[in-house]
Amino acid sequence: MRPLEGPHIFNQFLYMQKNLFIALTGGLFVLATVLMSQTKKPAAKPGGSGGLQASITRGKQVYLEQCLACHQVDGLGVQGMNPPLAKTKFVLGDKKALAKIVLTGMQGVEIDGEEYHGVMAPHPDLTDQQIADVLTYVRNSFGNKATAVTIGEVKAVRAANPQPAQ
Amino acid sequence: MQQFINRTNLMSRITLVTSPAPRIRSRRAVCIMAGLVLTGLVSFAGGGGGGAKGQAAKTTDAASQLKLPSGFSAVAVAEHFGRTRHIAVAPNGVIFVKLSRLKDGKGIWRLVDTNGDGKADDSTGFGSYTGTGIAISGGYLYASSDENVYRYKLDDKFNVVNPNEPEKIISGLLNRHEHESKSIALDGKGNIYVNIGAYSNACQMKDRTKGSPGMKPCPILDSAGGIWMFKDDKADQTYGDGTRYATGLRNVVGLDWNTATNSLFVMQHGRDQLHDLFPEIWDTKQSAELPAECMYELHKGSNCGWPYIFYDQVQHKKILAPEFGGDGKKTAGEDAQDPVAAYPGHLAPNGLLFYTGNQFPEKYKNGAFIAFHGSWNRAPEPQKGYFVVFQPFQDGKPSGQWEVFADNFSGGPEKAASGRVDYRPCGLAQGPDGSLYVTDDTKGAIWKISYRK
Repeated sequence: MRPLEGPHIFNQFLYMQKNLFIALTGGLFVLATVLMSQTKKPAAKPGGSGGLQASITRGKQVYLEQCLACHQVDGLGVQGMNPPLAKTKFVLGDKKALAKIVLTGMQGVEIDGEEYHGVMAPHPDLTDQQIADVLTYVRNSFGNKATAVTIGEVKAVRAANPQPAQ
Repeated sequence: MQQFINRTNLMSRITLVTSPAPRIRSRRAVCIMAGLVLTGLVSFAGGGGGGAKGQAAKTTDAASQLKLPSGFSAVAVAEHFGRTRHIAVAPNGVIFVKLSRLKDGKGIWRLVDTNGDGKADDSTGFGSYTGTGIAISGGYLYASSDENVYRYKLDDKFNVVNPNEPEKIISGLLNRHEHESKSIALDGKGNIYVNIGAYSNACQMKDRTKGSPGMKPCPILDSAGGIWMFKDDKADQTYGDGTRYATGLRNVVGLDWNTATNSLFVMQHGRDQLHDLFPEIWDTKQSAELPAECMYELHKGSNCGWPYIFYDQVQHKKILAPEFGGDGKKTAGEDAQDPVAAYPGHLAPNGLLFYTGNQFPEKYKNGAFIAFHGSWNRAPEPQKGYFVVFQPFQDGKPSGQWEVFADNFSGGPEKAASGRVDYRPCGLAQGPDGSLYVTDDTKGAIWKISYRK
């Protein structure tokens, strides 16, 4: 093995410096992004108090009580009856449309060529917070990853869809 | 104990799937990584963050998967045939199967095993509509969509004479996309019986909605929630031409004419959601078992009590439905008949067949096979069913405890508990040699089960 020559070592040193620099700036950039995104989060007020994680935790409880019986433990629904909640445009897409489904109910939908006929009852009895939480939970479960649903968003959808008298 | 284990699995799965931890962890990993580089240390193997979606487990082939009593064996007549619902086998062994989704544009398939190995090696499709019901009677093949019933003339080799021009014998039956399948049975005496399921769970003002009261009288019963009788040879019949043969049946998918008793037997799908709608009366465990899936023997004018009552197989009583003032204890339905047999809740009996063959051991003769499609409305309790049950009969009545006859359609206890099963039994038929045919409407497997001493 040839002993390392001066210029070679110098080059390596330079190379390491360069790497270090890239790592440093890269690291700072990532840190900054993370910090920025974290400082941005509270402004979005996912589900009200406590941030995203708290909303998801509360939302899971609502899911267990209100949704699980039909959409199942794994969120994949029931063939021909109750639609899956994993990676569908209904869950990941327009949040207003999603909140409207919870508030006013639904029957009959086609997802990926599968028809689902199950009747979903409207849930106007849930509070805006509960709906925001459960939708935030659903949008961040079963392989989903999407932004939180806020109380304000639910409130707006509720105002736009007044409940008919029973 | 088994149930407890299943439940634990389910619960650990829910935390696994739903935990947002991977995201946070991967973000943190980036920060740590930057820190490590800064201090000149090397080596950190990042986990790659989430996205670990469970691979669909490999299934064994349909025939070897089934667990059967000693002496019985199964052949897969077909596999991956689609949404195969009910099935009828002609006296020469030709099979007709109805699909709830078109396969190559066709909703009825004629299958033939030309070399006698049990597997269908010749198939022809016809009929461009989906549905469930199929039956052979008096030289005709009968098949139903979710609104109409058609019949096709058969020749002496059970070829369909004119597959593109069936005679529409019944039309305009209600289909509101809930309990919509129109199962059929014929008595061989000129009548066809058609299930018209109730488009409702419990006849509430608003279906399946908490707090919505039950409607009394239930307006659905005029045109659904029962069995209608029509002539089997008359074209273009609708409600006005038929007779409401039996009422108070929420939904029937499995039904069969019992030639020993000369009467129609049906399997009712019992109501759902006792806990969801009335958590103050029933907990999730009770709601998973109640109410019973019931077998009824029907006669003209029979009333089985839906929606006002349900049958509680634990108390052995007809219980007033909570939508009509029930509290889980009050009995009602004095005018409604009792079931002849009751099975655990939500197992979804989709096929019923009275065995009249000579191939199986003597105890099976004139007894009933029931294909339980398997539950969905037991969550968060483990799902159940996905098997074919044998119900012994004596003197025309169920006699003795039912037993699981063909099992493991699910592919194992864990799959059964989650409801993510390999196969779901649906239709039943008896072959001319006394073999039993079973369909699956998930993947489209069809089994022929035979017995040899």
